[in-house]
Amino acid sequence: MTLKGARERRVHTGGVELCVAELGDPQQPTVVLVHGYPDSKEVWSEVAARLADRFHVVLYDVRGHGRSTAPRPLRGGFTLTKLTDDFMAVVDAVSPDRPVHLVGHDWGSVQSWEFVTVGRTEGRIASFTSMSGPSLDHFGHWINARVKRPTPRRLGQLLGQGAKSWYVYLLHTPALPELAWRGPLGKRWPKILERAEKVPAGDYPTASLPSDAAHGAWLYRDNVRARLRRPRPDAFAHAPVQLITPLGDAFLSERLYDDLDEWVPRLTRHTLPAKHWIPRTRPHQVASWIEEFVTSVEGGRPEPKATGRHADRFGGQLVLVTGAGSGIGRATAFAFAEAGARVVAVDRDAEAAVRTAELSRLIGAPEAWAETADVSDEQAMEKLAERVHSAYGVLDVLVNNAGIGLSGSFFSTTTDDWRKVLDVNLWGVIHGCRLFGARMAERGQGGHIVNIASAAAYQPSRALPAYSTSKAAVLMLSECLRAELAGEDIGVTAICPGLVNTNITATARFTGVDEAEERRRQQRSARLYGLRNYPPEKVADAVLDAVTRDRAVVPVTPEARGAHLLSRFMPGALRRLARLNPKL
Amino acid sequence: MTTAVSSELSAELRGFRRVQRLAYECAEAVAARLEPGVTEREAARMQRDWLRERGVRDWFHLPFAWFGDRTAFVNFRLPLQFFPTDRKLEPGMPFILDMAPVFAGCTADIGYSGSLGVNPVQDRLMADLEAHRELILREVRERRPLREIYQDVDRLMVRQGYANRHRAYPFGVIAHKVDRVKARRFSPHLFGFGTQSLKGLAADALHGHREGWSPLWSPYRFSDHPPRPGLWAVEPHLGFRGTGAKFEEILVVTDSRDPEESAFWLDDDLPHVRRWAEAK
Repeated sequence: MTLKGARERRVHTGGVELCVAELGDPQQPTVVLVHGYPDSKEVWSEVAARLADRFHVVLYDVRGHGRSTAPRPLRGGFTLTKLTDDFMAVVDAVSPDRPVHLVGHDWGSVQSWEFVTVGRTEGRIASFTSMSGPSLDHFGHWINARVKRPTPRRLGQLLGQGAKSWYVYLLHTPALPELAWRGPLGKRWPKILERAEKVPAGDYPTASLPSDAAHGAWLYRDNVRARLRRPRPDAFAHAPVQLITPLGDAFLSERLYDDLDEWVPRLTRHTLPAKHWIPRTRPHQVASWIEEFVTSVEGGRPEPKATGRHADRFGGQLVLVTGAGSGIGRATAFAFAEAGARVVAVDRDAEAAVRTAELSRLIGAPEAWAETADVSDEQAMEKLAERVHSAYGVLDVLVNNAGIGLSGSFFSTTTDDWRKVLDVNLWGVIHGCRLFGARMAERGQGGHIVNIASAAAYQPSRALPAYSTSKAAVLMLSECLRAELAGEDIGVTAICPGLVNTNITATARFTGVDEAEERRRQQRSARLYGLRNYPPEKVADAVLDAVTRDRAVVPVTPEARGAHLLSRFMPGALRRLARLNPKL
Repeated sequence: MTTAVSSELSAELRGFRRVQRLAYECAEAVAARLEPGVTEREAARMQRDWLRERGVRDWFHLPFAWFGDRTAFVNFRLPLQFFPTDRKLEPGMPFILDMAPVFAGCTADIGYSGSLGVNPVQDRLMADLEAHRELILREVRERRPLREIYQDVDRLMVRQGYANRHRAYPFGVIAHKVDRVKARRFSPHLFGFGTQSLKGLAADALHGHREGWSPLWSPYRFSDHPPRPGLWAVEPHLGFRGTGAKFEEILVVTDSRDPEESAFWLDDDLPHVRRWAEAK
């Protein structure tokens, strides 16, 4: 298999011949992609295609892999020094005058750490993006630090990584790995990847896999023991580094990078909920982080604007929030903006949505847009989805927040009241999940849907029959959707805030009373909620936490959490509470 | 926005305006001297020294300085947290200087917001404070109850996307009355507040309690009365995700029937007002 539209050349160095492919305009900044084990440069095909219209993309097969030739003899032919020679030869051939932006995955990243920390490459590397591959030197120091001071936590980290490295021990056995890869393992590998790692089937892995994997075993045998025993004390990076850590990596603990700031000044960190092979499973996210980092380095690397708590997780992601003109929606939009996400603020009130978008840009969102739509209007939502998908892209996070309040006894609630509250609170969520969730699933690169339900979803009350019904429906919808979308790596969360100080009380409808009384009750409930004074910002923080941890149901305020506990263990108590008619 | 022309100002108001201007000059002078590494304590001391050199001997309250997220009173629970700390100023950080000198018997109470270098968030907050200055004057002229005006300011803040931070002040006040203070040779202060001024405030509070008004303009029931003639130091304070901004200046309320005469800002030639005019 070759990469579509790639120009190929052969580079001779140190007795081997490397196969180098180039895409894109050579006048643009050069991005060199280095593959891992057991892979060939084709692992990058999805990422490379996305980078090619902005950059000069260069990929090469590491010696002994793909269509590059293997050194003779194999033993001693894969040392990091020789791999650095190869890299220099490729860079001199493809970008003789300008430093290149280096990107490595797995063993590609391990060797790239060597490139970026040895003296002779200084000035040849403009930046380095590392994925799932630590520097062996840093790794060695990491182990030493934990062996020397084995606190329980550090010991746990050590043992955890030790268990994750089982395959490294196997690869050190003679001949066995070669036999396995050239035999049954090589044949079954694509299926294993698909099942265990969720790597989409297709033209990857390539036919050269058995020999790649057999030769590549020498990467481990030639370097791991030597480096871990005597890690270099001077392995400081001489170029800016961006670290992308998949949180579900089966082979590498995220704790490995805890001490990385010692070796890299101003490290840029990103995390994403995915398994090891992110160039295959998350090409969109990976390409956009590479593009962002390369562009920022080319532009002198200004200080990052977004400094929020989850900036590593949401930086550059596309987030849409409905009902973003006030209350929890607005606070959520701001929290995502602070974490560096691109924000689409949707509200019925155009002016309020514009305001949210403006302030979002001010506090860290690289881009923010305001859209006007009524979530209960199916056609308006369809148009919104079309506009968002064509203009901004597929969402990474959807927050269905828009909702209205309705209070009053069941018999004073008219069918119109019912329709109104269900249209906004339930149908609004259905439209959001249907229109945006479908595209998320279709893209196949994960995502998250957050539905703002309510503590009323599990706390019955004679005062809120319609509202509670709508929110209970949202809660169950979220749970069902979570089950359905689990296979697509899309998380679904229901947030149950409780009494939060927002203007939902001031706009709520009270049935069965005249207008003056309704206004009085609105003011009175607004005052009560004001006295409770639980800020929407805390709910927004809970939303971001819930997305990062992929939680299913999140009650937020203490009373919401208390009621949630009661609903499980003492539902009778809740039923008795439900009979109370709160005096307003 | 209209203000009674200076010639019409009584000698007494001219005295108040002089000390308010002096205080704002102090704020600008100190702000110009702030640099990375200066602490809140040092900034407060600089204000105190500057004003003492120019004859200020008594205070309504001692100068405050807040840096960084302390401008928005993040995590303030105790009144002691208002006092200056050893927080150091860093480039881009917002700051607020707040001082209330007494000079020749007249009190000023001002708040000055700024930042070391550029801070777009605080710029935005300051620009949005203009609407609050207009709203407060308009509704005071309409003789709306102070509590309702407070709630309208609150609503405007929420619509703008900000949090009400004057709520953190003692009694959650957006404003308080200031008055003449007798010059005494010995004028100690208590928890940062001048005893002479506290005495005046307490006397007002006592009178007000009997007559149904309060020298503190708060969201509570005791502020449910039309504006009381006198001088009010008004201090709307906006907060937005760890950045705060305020202004504070004197609003003159009279018992005149002419709306324009019934309430006006003591001085329209202040840094924040000039800034808004320049932006237009």
